[in-house]
Amino acid sequence: MMKRVLAAVAVVWAAGVAQAEDVMRMAVTTSFHNSGLADVLLPEISDDLGLEVQLLVVGTGQALKLGEAGDVDAILVHAKAAEEAFVEAGYGTHRREIMYNDFVVIGPAGDPAGVGEAESAAGALQRIEGAKADFVSRGDDSGTHKKELSLWRAAGLEPERFGAWYKAVGAGMGAALNTASGMGGYVLSDRASWLNFGNKGGLALLYAGDPALFNQYAYIPVNPARHGHVKAELAEKLEGWLVSPRAKALIDGYEIGGEGLFVFNAQ
Amino acid sequence: MVDLWDGLVQAFWLVVTLDAALVEISARSLRVTLSALAIASVIAMPLAAFLAVKRFRYRRAVIALLNALMGLPPVVVGLLVYILLSRSGPFGVLGLLFTPTAMVIAQVTIIVPLVASIAHQSLRDLWHEYHDLLISMNVSQGQKMRTLLWDARRALLTAALAGFGRAIGEVGAIMIVGGNIDHATRVLTTAIALETGKGDFALALALGFVLIGLAIAVNLAIHSLSRTEREGRW
Repeated sequence: MMKRVLAAVAVVWAAGVAQAEDVMRMAVTTSFHNSGLADVLLPEISDDLGLEVQLLVVGTGQALKLGEAGDVDAILVHAKAAEEAFVEAGYGTHRREIMYNDFVVIGPAGDPAGVGEAESAAGALQRIEGAKADFVSRGDDSGTHKKELSLWRAAGLEPERFGAWYKAVGAGMGAALNTASGMGGYVLSDRASWLNFGNKGGLALLYAGDPALFNQYAYIPVNPARHGHVKAELAEKLEGWLVSPRAKALIDGYEIGGEGLFVFNAQ
Repeated sequence: MVDLWDGLVQAFWLVVTLDAALVEISARSLRVTLSALAIASVIAMPLAAFLAVKRFRYRRAVIALLNALMGLPPVVVGLLVYILLSRSGPFGVLGLLFTPTAMVIAQVTIIVPLVASIAHQSLRDLWHEYHDLLISMNVSQGQKMRTLLWDARRALLTAALAGFGRAIGEVGAIMIVGGNIDHATRVLTTAIALETGKGDFALALALGFVLIGLAIAVNLAIHSLSRTEREGRW
C-alpha cells in the first residue's frame, strides 16, 4: 500500500517544471495589478529582454517592507513621501517616475451625500463627512490609504475622530470595493481597479478629475550595496525597458472599455 | 444565486477544456500539499507512536501542547516562517522565501500537530490492547512503535487525510510565504483569494469547486490505492 501511495506522490512531484530564463522579483501594488496592465507588459518584457518578472502583489506599505528586507529586487509603488524616505534611508538606489493614473470617488448611485456636485476632491470628502454617510477606508497603510488620509487632511478633517460611519477595513482595493458594494458605502479607489472590478452592484463613479487625485507610480531598484544578492543588473535592464518608447506606446495605449487608464511620464 | 450558477458552469468548462492555467495551479497545489503531507507524516507518525509507548515526565504536557497547536492560526505560522526565511532573517541566505519550498515548510508546521494528535489517539487505543502481549514478548521500544504503526495503518491514513484536508484548503500562511506569484507560487486557494479581490465571484467559485473536487479525488485515489474497506479490519 505504501509503495503505491509513494509512487503516486512521485508522479505528482515530477510534474514540476524548471524555467531557464532570467528571473527577478518585483513588488507592485494591488492597484497596479488589478488594472490588468501587468498582463500586457509582462509578456512583452519576457519577449524583448528574456526576463521573467515575478510580481508580488501587496500594499505599498508591505512592498516597501519587502524592499527593505531585500526580499525583492525592485518595487513599483505610488506613495511619493514614503518612496523618498525609502531611497533616503539607502534601501533603494533611486526613484524613477514611470506613469500616473488617477483616483476616483465611488459611492452608491443615488449619491445621498451629493458628492457628484462637489467642486474639488476636498469638497467631496467634506460632503461625505457632513452627511455621515458610510465610508470604507483601506486602512492598510497602502498608497491608496495614504492618499485618502492626505485628502482628508487637505479637507481640514481628522479621520481619527470620525464615528462609526468611517470603516477602516484593513484590506486590499478589491476587498474594500466588495465591502462598499455590500453596504452601499463610499470609497476612494484608483480608476483602474474600479473599471476592472466585477462586483459593482449599486455603486457608481461619482467624482473624479481634481489634480489632487493624480496618482504617480515610481520604480525603485533595491540597493545592492545593502543586499548583495539583489539582481541589480536585471533591475537596471527592466528600468531601461520601462522608460523606453516601446513601454510608452503600451502604457498610453492600454484601455478598458474605451477609456485610457495610464499616462506615461517617465523622463 | 446567479454567481453560484455561473461558478458551477464556469468550473465545468474549466475542467472539461483542461484550461492550461487551471491545470498548472492545480498541479502546484497538489505538489505542495502532498510534499508537505509526506514530510509531516514522517515527523508526526513516529512522534505519535513514541508518545503512545514511552512514559516520561512531561508526556502529558507534550500531548496537551500538540492538541493545542492543532488550532494554530495559519496566518501566524506564515508570519513566523516569513520572518525566518526573509533575506534579513536567520535563514535568509537560503533564498527560500516566495518559493514552493517555503509553502511546504509552512504547511508542514501547520499539519504536524494535527496529524500527530489524531494518530496518537488511535495508537493509544491500540497500545491499550497490545500492551500486555508486547511487554510479555519483551520487545524493544523501536519494535513496539513499529508494530503499533503497522497495525494501525488504516487509522493513520485517516490522520494523514485530515492533514491533507487542512493543508490543501489553507490560504493565510502560503499567501504570506509564497506571495501568490503567477507561474511560480500561485495555488488554488491563493487564486481564489485573488479573484474574490477582483470581484470576479464566478471564477473564484469555479476554482473553489475545482478545489473541492480535487480533494475528493485525492481521498478516493488514496482509498483505492490502499484498498481500504476491502480487506477486513486492517
